[in-house]
Amino acid sequence: MFLTVTQALLEGFATTLELFIMTLIFALPLGLIISFGSMSKIKPIKWFVRTFVWIIRGTPLMLQLIIIFYVPGMVGMWARDQETTNVFIEWLATWKVMERFSAALVSFVINYACYFSEIYRGGIESISKGQYEACHVLGMSKPQAFFHVVLLQVIKRIIPPMSNEIITLVKDTSLARIISVYEIIWSGEAFIKSDGLLWPLFYTGAFFLLACGLLTILFNKIEKKLSFFSV
Amino acid sequence: MAILEVNELTKDFGSTKVLKGISFSLEEGKVLSIIGSSGSGKTTLLRCINGLETATTGKISVNDKVVFDSTVTDKKELKALRHNQQNIGLVFQQFNLFPQYTALGNVTLAMKLAAKKRPDYKKNKKSILEEIDATAKKYLDKVGLSDKLGNYPCELSGGQQQRVSIARALAMNPQILFFDEPTSALDPELTGEILKTIRQLAEDNMTMVIVTHEMNFAKDVSDEVIFMDDGVIAEQGTPEEVLVNPKNPRTKAFLNTYEK
Repeated sequence: MFLTVTQALLEGFATTLELFIMTLIFALPLGLIISFGSMSKIKPIKWFVRTFVWIIRGTPLMLQLIIIFYVPGMVGMWARDQETTNVFIEWLATWKVMERFSAALVSFVINYACYFSEIYRGGIESISKGQYEACHVLGMSKPQAFFHVVLLQVIKRIIPPMSNEIITLVKDTSLARIISVYEIIWSGEAFIKSDGLLWPLFYTGAFFLLACGLLTILFNKIEKKLSFFSV
Repeated sequence: MAILEVNELTKDFGSTKVLKGISFSLEEGKVLSIIGSSGSGKTTLLRCINGLETATTGKISVNDKVVFDSTVTDKKELKALRHNQQNIGLVFQQFNLFPQYTALGNVTLAMKLAAKKRPDYKKNKKSILEEIDATAKKYLDKVGLSDKLGNYPCELSGGQQQRVSIARALAMNPQILFFDEPTSALDPELTGEILKTIRQLAEDNMTMVIVTHEMNFAKDVSDEVIFMDDGVIAEQGTPEEVLVNPKNPRTKAFLNTYEK
């Protein structure tokens, strides 16, 4: 039985990991773009981005999952009821319920990109003006100053908060359960209904512990690697 | 011939007038010290000449080339002028070394980045980089740090860090070297080594402008001293004239605070 459960949980865990890795792949760069937006000198862009970040950080991720899962379908249904030949509404009418995994991925990417963006912003703004000024008097361009001098210092500064956020993401993936994504919690829960067993659900904790343990080791390694200088 | 000429320079921060019309010139090979109490505009003057701040009005020329002119309003033209500013070096109060580079790396970084633009860079990459390393080593040797090439700033004392930053500025081969209170972040024990380094540069006839609170040092090393007070030059002359026999009552009052 233990093996059967482990196998089933591994299947669910594969989805969990897929969601985790895909979220990182999209959210890490998107967060940088958002952070540049929130530091923009163009005020409308800055305020638009900051309001967006406020909305995303100010509402539960679970709610965002539900909204992103259901709203396209609702819009599509409303559009199908309209008696019009408007091209845009006809296009909306083709919207169906979003695929579960994609809906979860989109929600996680948007949510985490916003959190990452604030960490990036804090890191970039914490670098002293003197570093840029030293680059300037040495005749470096602004991009040269950012990529050759500032960036590594920012990375060193943001490793601890980023590792925190990324470890949280591993466990937050279980929220996808709310829109019936077949991730590890779901696969553990299934044994309650099918075999009346509760322990497979508890057993899922071991998988999370393992993943977070590995990530902790990885981040410690990176921190150690960057410990040759102090900022 | 004057290597640096500053004409009627003013700088406002909002409604605060920090510089209220500064004019002076400096001959090649001379050392100018700027003294004055905090808030008198010394550092702002330095930053305006260096292009870290944009002056409100006035004109600055280096080596007979205009580097800033407030009557020029065209942004492109202003940027082109500013290009001439690159032969001014600056040593900061807070060193501003790049923490992730070694002493050698700090000195070579800007040169290596600039070398990438050379047309023969790809062909002679190795010899160009070796040449840059050699130049950097020469300057680090000059400031007495040839045994610290591979050390990171966090492994160096404050005085050593400041000497690396002097080497870094020298390596750009500046026509004028500016110092912004180079010893203010150092304890008195470490101040000596920086002053010794600057003194050596003076002996090599490096043109220098030094903002400092070290009066004895200013007396020793400078050819000319400017005393700034409330955004204007209150007194100007040889160290003898300004520091030993000041005429302006403000200068006297300022110097008195040091003798106690």
